[in-house]
Amino acid sequence: MELTLWTYEGPPHVGAMRIASSMEGVHYVLHAPQGDTYADLLFTMIERRGRRPPVTYTTFQARDLGGDTAELVKGHLREAVERFNPEALLVGESCTAELIQDQPGSLASGMGFNMPVVGIELPAYSKKENWGASETFYQLVRGILSKQPSEESGVSHSPAAWKSEGRRPRVNLLGPTLLGFRCRDDILELEKLLNQHGIDVHVVAPLEARPADLMRLPNADLNVCLYPEIAEATCLWLERNYGMPFSKTVPIGVGATKDFLEELHQLLEMPAPNPGEGAEQSKLPWYSQSVDSNYLTGKRVFIFGDGTHAIAAARIADQELGFKVVGLGTYSREMARPVRAAAKELGLEALISDDYLAVEAAMAEAAPELVLGTQMERHSAKRLGIPCAVISTPMHVQDVPARYSPQMGWEGANVIFDSWVHPLMMGLEEHLIGMFRHDFEFVDGHQSHLGHLGGHQSQTEQQQSQAATNPSTQSNADSSSEESPLWTPEGEAELAKIPFFVRGKVRRNTEKYARQAGCRRIDSETVYDAKVHFRA
Amino acid sequence: MGSTTLLKESGPREVFCGLTSIVWLHRRMPDAFFLVVGSRTCAHLIQSAAGVMIFAEPRFGTAILEERDLAGLADAHEELDRVVNDLLARRPEIRTLFLVGSCPSEVIKLDLARVAERLNGQLQGGVRVLNYSGSGIETTFTQGEDGALKAMVPLMPNSNEAQLLLVGTMANAVEDRLKHLFERLGIPSVSSLPPRQSTDLPSVGPGTRVLLTQPYLTDTARELKDRGAEILQAPFPLGAEGSRLWMEAAAKAFGINGSHVATILEPLMVRAQKALSPYKEQLAGKRIFLMPESQLEIPLARFLHRECGMELVEVGVPYLNRDMMQSELELLPHNTQVMEGQHVEKQLDRVREQRPDLVVCGMGLANPLEAEEIATKWSIELIFSPIHGIDQAADLAELFARPLHRRDLLNNQLLVSV
Repeated sequence: MELTLWTYEGPPHVGAMRIASSMEGVHYVLHAPQGDTYADLLFTMIERRGRRPPVTYTTFQARDLGGDTAELVKGHLREAVERFNPEALLVGESCTAELIQDQPGSLASGMGFNMPVVGIELPAYSKKENWGASETFYQLVRGILSKQPSEESGVSHSPAAWKSEGRRPRVNLLGPTLLGFRCRDDILELEKLLNQHGIDVHVVAPLEARPADLMRLPNADLNVCLYPEIAEATCLWLERNYGMPFSKTVPIGVGATKDFLEELHQLLEMPAPNPGEGAEQSKLPWYSQSVDSNYLTGKRVFIFGDGTHAIAAARIADQELGFKVVGLGTYSREMARPVRAAAKELGLEALISDDYLAVEAAMAEAAPELVLGTQMERHSAKRLGIPCAVISTPMHVQDVPARYSPQMGWEGANVIFDSWVHPLMMGLEEHLIGMFRHDFEFVDGHQSHLGHLGGHQSQTEQQQSQAATNPSTQSNADSSSEESPLWTPEGEAELAKIPFFVRGKVRRNTEKYARQAGCRRIDSETVYDAKVHFRA
Repeated sequence: MGSTTLLKESGPREVFCGLTSIVWLHRRMPDAFFLVVGSRTCAHLIQSAAGVMIFAEPRFGTAILEERDLAGLADAHEELDRVVNDLLARRPEIRTLFLVGSCPSEVIKLDLARVAERLNGQLQGGVRVLNYSGSGIETTFTQGEDGALKAMVPLMPNSNEAQLLLVGTMANAVEDRLKHLFERLGIPSVSSLPPRQSTDLPSVGPGTRVLLTQPYLTDTARELKDRGAEILQAPFPLGAEGSRLWMEAAAKAFGINGSHVATILEPLMVRAQKALSPYKEQLAGKRIFLMPESQLEIPLARFLHRECGMELVEVGVPYLNRDMMQSELELLPHNTQVMEGQHVEKQLDRVREQRPDLVVCGMGLANPLEAEEIATKWSIELIFSPIHGIDQAADLAELFARPLHRRDLLNNQLLVSV
């Protein structure tokens, strides 16, 4: 028994729902009690889908348990098939139904339906969502391919067959699902990228694939395993049974995209791609090289997420942005091995945990300047006052942006640069505050370079900022009995030259200094003395 | 009654289970912890329904059953003791621990009453351990609160004092307002269940008159009746009319002069009607379909028809307790279709066929209906909003007017841009 206050992953049948809902023409009959229907809202609210997930829940109740629950399951199966007439039927159970052992998969197979029926058994008391998605995708591909005559199997598969067949090479993109991180946009980006290299995308699955598309999987030259959490088991099976090789590099980041293209070209026996393509196609390398990015050097970054995105983030942070990775971990036990290896390369011990409080503790301990994590790490980072960018599931409505924002390929690298760097203070701004803070542009009344503020508004803002600093003046007057130093008009004038966003801090520091130095009146000299004092 | 058409249907349902009520119960009693004994599904359900990522460390959690807990129940008991002790060591401010049964714990027949008894012995009063079931095989959505309150009744002290007891969670501000009004009416002592501190339980006895603030508290009401309390029959305090009848029922039970009651409530009614009128204009004649979820459907339908002029296409309820709903059913218009239970597919067929102007439904169904150009209102929002009492009638109406108003706004925008 494990105490859980919040969980990164849902139960495995939610993973199965992700596969069913991602596809077209698939229906999932789920033997589950009333209440398990909550999972629909993950798709309709978080993904903002305008369609219900194609799932029929048997929603059995306590009173049904005394009777024949198997008959109840069969009734729902018949009705679902009649109403939805799916091209393939998935049948499974949730945690409670697993205990009553009706074996809905076997029941369904015996009912003489004329579409492929795939029973899925997902151990709800030991496995989780991503495992459930992976297993379901694998069982579905296997179940559907085993229905077709096996002329293909046994025949040796050549990934270079496109040459002799006089066509462009073609690949399957495997792994994208609903409730996966930016999958929809990753697919568009990769289709574009591959097309530029003369490679066709044959089948994308499970997202938007039909059962008939799964039948066509072996006709591709190779498989691209985009998200190992979801697709690796399927890729391995296709390799074993159809001799189809699959690519292992996940193209997130400029370096990984380059490696991915090289891997693909090699497997397909194509001439090697231009190694300089990344610098030409993505802005990340130049933005990272540009002088403004000097302030990124050695920024301490803590990374936590699913395996795929955490590993990719560590590589980008370390090799492409010049950050210092001070923590790396995943909630995914299935991905523990590769994450441990990636951490070891960075001289770190990986954190493998699904306890968000342990992750928060590790984050605090590592004292990072930037956190790359899930929505939960975003909340933890907020509590600790550290900027954060979200890089991984579990999904939140904010992770389904209206705009195009892939993680993969050249454009994905651009998106990553922006979304990681923006939470940090812009480097140029950081410099300006230090170097030019006495310049007239930074003095009140000259803020028109902020663009959207007209002269009138900036005056208003000036008044507001003065109003904000006034209370401290007043409190000084009130507490004059405590020997608080008094600001002379000359001292106030010096203070007014300081940019408004650091003025409060300078005022406090100067007063602190004045008290320490036993100085009762603050003039311009005191302000300068204090500045030197605190710099030393 | 008799004028409504009571129908029943069964089939696949789309309702939350009773665990969901933890979402508002734990906020009501900040010194209580709700520990679900269940599966990862239970944990995922509560966090998904509540969108709870904002909490540093929430006052609810799940003791997730694992393979070896299923293998031997003796071990499961030991494991649960361990989890509870860890939890209480970590959260010393907790005064009441609710062990909440789930579908899997019910199916494997884990006896949480026995666990609670044993833990109470061990903890010797430092923390009180209660138990109830929020399982989907036995309860829907709001019924979870019924279970939790019922579990608290035996701990309520005895008292023969004449008092009014308000039963059911309401927003604190609304509750304060209602208590103030009862004071003005001249009812001496008014208390609430659940209390705002779990240990601060109200008393109960033969002098206690109970007003239910929510329509889903059947078991709690029965338990209070067994303790000698009188359950007052009235419509529920939703809308101006219902709230007035509800308060009048209490005034009458306490023998308060009717003209005094009218002096206090009449100005509130006039003000409420004035506040309601712009919404009534938007809602009158519009057709509404309520899918079953929260058990508030019948009182809401009554309000929307009688005070906002809406037409009731179908009023779904997860289950119908005729005794509890009697005063409400009497106020529904002739031939209202009240549907108990659900076959979600057939019900959606009827929605599509009838094309109502507004559908009240769960979060799983809302966007799919919106995508079919049918305006919706989430039923869960009604549970979280301060909607009780005469003063809140206009706010309640606004919740239903907003989706229609928004639809008009967006349609006008589109026309402008064409």
